Amino acid sequence: MAAKKNWPLWEIFVRSKNGLEHRHFGSLHAADAEMALENARDVYTRRNEGVSIWVVESKNITASNPDNNGELFEPAQDKIYRHPTFYDLPDEVKHM
Amino acid sequence: MSDEQIRSLEEQFEARIARDEKIEPKDWMPEKYRKTHIRQMSQHAHSEIVGMLPEGNWITRAPSLRRKVALLAKVQDEAGHGLYLYSACETLGISRDELYEQLHSGKAKYSSIFNYPTVTWADMGAIGWLVDGAAIINQVPLCSTSYGPYARAMVRVCKEESFHQRQGFEIMMKLAQGTPEQKEMAQDALNRWWWPSLMMLGPTDAASTHTEQSMKWKLKRKTNDELRQQFIDQTVPQADLIGLRIPDPDLKWNEETGHYDFGEIDWEEFWQVVKGHGPCNRERMNARVGAWEGGQWVRDAAMAHAEKKENKKVKQAI
Ligand SMILES: [Fe+2]
Ligand SMILES: [Fe+2]
Repeated sequence: MAAKKNWPLWEIFVRSKNGLEHRHFGSLHAADAEMALENARDVYTRRNEGVSIWVVESKNITASNPDNNGELFEPAQDKIYRHPTFYDLPDEVKHM
Repeated sequence: MSDEQIRSLEEQFEARIARDEKIEPKDWMPEKYRKTHIRQMSQHAHSEIVGMLPEGNWITRAPSLRRKVALLAKVQDEAGHGLYLYSACETLGISRDELYEQLHSGKAKYSSIFNYPTVTWADMGAIGWLVDGAAIINQVPLCSTSYGPYARAMVRVCKEESFHQRQGFEIMMKLAQGTPEQKEMAQDALNRWWWPSLMMLGPTDAASTHTEQSMKWKLKRKTNDELRQQFIDQTVPQADLIGLRIPDPDLKWNEETGHYDFGEIDWEEFWQVVKGHGPCNRERMNARVGAWEGGQWVRDAAMAHAEKKENKKVKQAI
């Protein structure tokens, strides 16, 4: 027999109600996308936790490397002029 | 990396945990942290999966439809808990197959409590009330453990557990209020499950090897003895309430400490069961391995079907 092929891993995203975004709930193994959806329904929405499910095969996700967090995220730290509090306005200015 | 660099990384790592920061899968972590987490999380996942077996035994014989749907839902939840935990464990770079292989070969442990038999319907009550009760006490502190995927899985698990305990207590309560035979059945189940439930909270602090490290990594927030005392203090009044007797002649309220004093636990029995000599160790593993091997052709067929569909899609696209 050929080398045993295992069911691939899928990442599961669930929208808990309309108006909210899909959020990562966890992962599971399934033979294909359809089965991943069915299993996700059983594993992650047994108590009305969702109204919509996305499944993405885990190997299709590219993640940033925490080792690069410095160069990726630190530049935003000193850009305080991106925040409204950076700007000095007289107290008399209302609604701004 | 030099030893010194590793030491400094380790110090930073411990400091992050001390600041209550979470560790996520791709973060650097000491090898020992990774190994300890794989061991504890997989042991936990295995316990959820093997824990379905003693209860699955009673699904078809539940005394009413109400009891049957509840037990079925509970056992299904336990399967879900196993899956949350396996996938959290896989984020540490171990495959599901390796995890199963460790369980099936006996290399990995699962909670010893599931090596006791479920001989009457009252055992479903005792398990929900006591075993899930003790599990909740063990698990609630893990909702704020340091490893992110484990903590998130535990939040889901804990939310679902409270129904398990309540349905178990309801079974015991109804039996205790029933005919003398039914009450006797409930008492007998309590007699058999009480001591193993106390053991579930782990060896005494004096005999426990991992406590200090586990505290630092927030895998533990209270010691085994503290958790056990908490379990006893909360369970005794519940037994009183439904008129059942805790099978411990030394059990009595201690006004001074504000806790119950209790009798000696038979740790020899505990270690025997851990080592594989419990009443059902072999039966449980046979059932588990049999289910896994018996399902192999289904998994293969599903995979072959998925590949066929995928190929068809590719061909149509050309
Ligand atoms: Fe569970
Ligand atoms: Fe449970």
